[in-house]
Amino acid sequence: MDRIYMDNAATTAVCPEALSAMLPCFGEVFGNASSIHGDGRKARKYLEDARKTVAACLNAKPQEIYFTSGGSESDNWAVKGAAFANREKGNHIITTQIEHHAVLHTCQWLEKQGFEVTYLPVDEYGLVDPKAVEAAITDRTILITVMAANNEIGTLEPVAEIGKIAKAHKILFHTDAVQAVGAVPVDVNAWGVDMLSLSGHKFHGPKGIGALYVRTGSRVDTFLHGGAQERGRRASTENVPGAVGMAAALKKAVENLEENGMRMIDLRDRLIRGILESVPYARLNGHPLMRLPGNVNVSIPYVEGEALLLRLDLAGVSASSGSACTSGSLDPSHVLLAIGLPHEIAHGSLRLTLTDTSTGEEVDEVLRLLPPIVETLRGMSPMYDDFLNGQK
Amino acid sequence: MYSEKVMDHFANPRNVGEIENADGVGTVGNAKCGDIMRMYLKVENGIIQDVKFKTFGCGAAIATSSMATEMVKGKTLKEALALTNKAVMEALDGLPPVKVHCSLLAEEAIHAAVEDYLKNHPEERID
Ligand SMILES: Cc1ncc(COP(=O)(O)O)c(C=O)c1O
Ligand code: FES
Repeated sequence: MDRIYMDNAATTAVCPEALSAMLPCFGEVFGNASSIHGDGRKARKYLEDARKTVAACLNAKPQEIYFTSGGSESDNWAVKGAAFANREKGNHIITTQIEHHAVLHTCQWLEKQGFEVTYLPVDEYGLVDPKAVEAAITDRTILITVMAANNEIGTLEPVAEIGKIAKAHKILFHTDAVQAVGAVPVDVNAWGVDMLSLSGHKFHGPKGIGALYVRTGSRVDTFLHGGAQERGRRASTENVPGAVGMAAALKKAVENLEENGMRMIDLRDRLIRGILESVPYARLNGHPLMRLPGNVNVSIPYVEGEALLLRLDLAGVSASSGSACTSGSLDPSHVLLAIGLPHEIAHGSLRLTLTDTSTGEEVDEVLRLLPPIVETLRGMSPMYDDFLNGQK
Repeated sequence: MYSEKVMDHFANPRNVGEIENADGVGTVGNAKCGDIMRMYLKVENGIIQDVKFKTFGCGAAIATSSMATEMVKGKTLKEALALTNKAVMEALDGLPPVKVHCSLLAEEAIHAAVEDYLKNHPEERID
């Protein structure tokens, strides 16, 4: 069997549709989309068609879509741009403890610039309570930023409810939808968001391209200063191949959303059930139903996540973990801690993320490979010994 | 990111397990990331006849445990006490900087097991 790639939340393979859409942009459509000559105009046409496609997939207007270098830039732009543009109105930002670092570290940096940030807790499933969002609002609040879907545990947040609250209080609402776009239906109007971040490489588009949706009339400062690209809001020569590839990938994902979603939910639940049945003491992280169709996140006590990943890798499976040892900072994932997991349980977390090309055979193979790996690692774990001795 | 030697010791760790009625046992924990390493020693005539380990930790922690046990097996207690994490890392062709603390755990676990033995056999302590 070929390698099994179950790390689609980290990144995805570029789909054939995106690749073939991009190819002309590395050939005859090489022009600078801001040039007025024929070559420039040709590139401009590709770029604007891509913008229309992305807008249509989100129920937005084309002029509300700004291409960026990816999810991190979109998040930085939205949060910093809204904060500084509305400084006269107030200095308070509401977010959650489980945001991606692109939002969290941006908020922490803003605190150093004199802004005040409320990091709302989540429940055991990783859900934010919209009532808590409303209760956190003060007359100084200028921005609410809550992610649409969590990248680690897959929990889908109640963005539409939060959108209503934000609107009622006339506060800008941003959502990091990097994991949601292309995976679940996204509608900027139904959600009531003023800004939304997305990233091409999470739905089989290329890397290094993303977009920020900004609702017409929202006050958001420019982030990348320079040329007049993106209607003067974001400098830098337009990444036409990226935008075109991302648009093609998104179009495909959205067209097949329902069918793929149902198929992936089946596979996901088969994988979850299989792990919980075959690996003693394993537990599911995140919400059992309100979760991304492709996300499986389990904690496997008495084994350490990096060792588990390396063993799976040797067996040909690519996965991910929120373990302290894999984090670089040697702290366990902030998301797993926020849902209340003790350090040692967060330590044994395993994330397997599926996509539309995942198969039942792959799921079965992982279910065959995982239990003996866990058994081997537990066999060499002093914590497991202590646990078994404590049971006697 | 790991050397071939690290991956070899991780995939096929030497001396995993425990020794019943061990002469010395050392358990150390890693304050940094929360990992645990336990070493068991069988000592005869001042020589480490057998050594086994159990580790809850990352690839580097498992590989350094494995390498450390190989490095002290058949050695005197004094030699075992002189084992450094640097020597273990060198024997493994190096570790990524964020994983240096894991090798420290291996050094500490060996030392703790020897110290445990010496606690019960103070007459063998030679300074
Ligand atoms: C929820 C979320 N936000 C932001 C990002 C950052 O996206 P990018 O890698 O495109 O900068 C990611 C990707 O890791 C993500 O999962
Ligand atoms: S044991 Fe945690 S990083 Fe090595």
